[in-house]
Amino acid sequence: MIQFLIRRLFLILPVLVGILLVTFTITRLVPGDPCYVMLGERATESTCNDFKARFGLDKSIPEQFGRYVLNLLKGDFGNSLKDRRPITTVIAERLPMTFELTFFAMIFSSTFGILLGVISALNRNSIIDTLTMLGANMGVSMPVFWLGLLLAYVFALVLKDTPFQLPPSGRLSSGISMAPLTKVWGIQDATGVKAFGLSFLSNSAILNGLLTSNYKLFFDALKHLILPAVAVGTISLSVIARMTRSALLDVLGQDFIRTARAKGLRYSVVIRRHALRNALIPIVTIIGLQTGGLLSGAVLTETIFSLPGVGSKMVEAILGRDYPVVQGFSVVIALIFVFTNLIVDASYAYLDPRVRVK
Amino acid sequence: MSLQEKEVPILSSETIRETASPFVIMSRRFFRHSSARLGLFLLGILVVCAVFAEQIAPYDPIVPLKNVKRRDTACIRIFGCPAEESQHLMGIDGNSRDLFSRIIFGARLSLQIGVSTISFAIVVGGLLGAIAGFVGGWVDDLIMRILDVLLAFPSLLLAIAIVAVLGPGLINALLAIAIVQIPVYARVVRASVVSVKELDFISASRALGASEIRILFSRIMPNALTPLIVQGTLGIATAILSAAALSFLGLGAEFPTPEWGLMLGEERNSVFNAPHLVFYPGIAIMITVLSFNLVGDGLRDALDPRLSNVN
Repeated sequence: MIQFLIRRLFLILPVLVGILLVTFTITRLVPGDPCYVMLGERATESTCNDFKARFGLDKSIPEQFGRYVLNLLKGDFGNSLKDRRPITTVIAERLPMTFELTFFAMIFSSTFGILLGVISALNRNSIIDTLTMLGANMGVSMPVFWLGLLLAYVFALVLKDTPFQLPPSGRLSSGISMAPLTKVWGIQDATGVKAFGLSFLSNSAILNGLLTSNYKLFFDALKHLILPAVAVGTISLSVIARMTRSALLDVLGQDFIRTARAKGLRYSVVIRRHALRNALIPIVTIIGLQTGGLLSGAVLTETIFSLPGVGSKMVEAILGRDYPVVQGFSVVIALIFVFTNLIVDASYAYLDPRVRVK
Repeated sequence: MSLQEKEVPILSSETIRETASPFVIMSRRFFRHSSARLGLFLLGILVVCAVFAEQIAPYDPIVPLKNVKRRDTACIRIFGCPAEESQHLMGIDGNSRDLFSRIIFGARLSLQIGVSTISFAIVVGGLLGAIAGFVGGWVDDLIMRILDVLLAFPSLLLAIAIVAVLGPGLINALLAIAIVQIPVYARVVRASVVSVKELDFISASRALGASEIRILFSRIMPNALTPLIVQGTLGIATAILSAAALSFLGLGAEFPTPEWGLMLGEERNSVFNAPHLVFYPGIAIMITVLSFNLVGDGLRDALDPRLSNVN
């Protein structure tokens, strides 16, 4: 198992270098001299030369790339052009929101996806099956942003003043706020990774609420997450339901299921212990592969529900030509994506011993 | 009784059972699924809308109308629309234009978007995959590793990043979507090329003196056609969704183009007072994407039974 993981880690290296190359190139391909972009049209030649020397732009391209990678390894992503704040600070502010959203969307989609898939497979070719699969087909064809708007309309307007009313936008209700953990716990000297971690935890409304036992904050944040998570998770739910159905049908047709039944085991036990466990391998894979889709969906959904996450910041940065921010966020997202795929592979190997021996 | 005396039926066109042509077998398998039939039916409607948009749409999709209320709801004759008012099947949008006409013209644009981006991705990706598979060695490694990097980004986010470099606009958005799709087709073609290039009929062609280019394009490539058609149909669905998403974010089509994603984006703040302006464009996107998905699944079943699920 460990050998397998080490081999996989080595295979990731070229991809990581590629990601860095791509994100490095993004900022180099941007039309216009970065000096004039940053300092304005009227910058003189000497100020420009100073500027280039300060940011190492007068060095050769390979040297610049080396410097870029070294800075990234040191945790220095550069500064935002717009407000000059370090991008790591912006990431610590924005990433928790997207994490929460993706996490809850994933829980929603895997729970209901597997459930619907199992129901569909056990009632194969019945009206339930047909309707579920038609629903799943519609689910993958729906634009995430449209579903989000419809959910907001239904739960905030149509169901207004009923117990089902849910907030259509924002992260917290007015009057509820999050306190930075450094303040709550009285930590003053946090630097580097520790400061980043603390800031990250503070900015996650859910975790902040749990850690400080502020349950009002916790439940309010949760309530605001329901609609976005459902919107983001629906596509994945459909994909997972379809996969579960076909994987389960595949397993149910095999001989060992008949053997288990013939031994006199109850049907529910056979389904749970024999069939579902074997069907789980492709299901886990597909759940892991959904991460990319969920992250993409989060980007779209954040703009609809005005949530302060990575996606809304990235769109803002693109429209405002704030390239270091685009670059930094692209690196982070690609890294998350690559490492989730690694985790998927590892769990795959854990569930199916045959994968380990290539 | 000896063998000779036994009556032997004469083989003629009347006595032997006609074997169906591959095309007939394929269509039979395709139409067996009710979902594929539904998909083809929806796609047919869309194509008719796209081709005859000028004839179907009652108003111009871009020029604002006079004497109408902005964001007015639908007014349909058979549902009691007064005769002195003009008929609007889906209501009026925020710029006093007939929403139904814009949706119809949007069908044309969406089909163009889907087909053009995927054609581009198939040509470029297919060529790269063919070269990688056919030449092999370090060329294969180089091409495929570069394409792997593209796959390391979530697709929509990569498209957004590419648009960031190229600048917002419909053409740039389409280019971004096409670039993101390239690795998929390169992999499909490469897999087919690798699986057939060592087979005997290739050696036979080579022995007959066929050039390498000819072998690649007229002997090997036809084998990649089936997976390409299936993947391409499903890819069109993805491309239309991505294009709508980029336009929705303001990174794709620009005012006043009748693009469904843009129409949704423009009116997203009026979802509470004029929900029809958000509802119809979304339904249009969903039906279009659904039709391509259903047809794609049907084609996969019909063209390559090995790929389809057991059910």
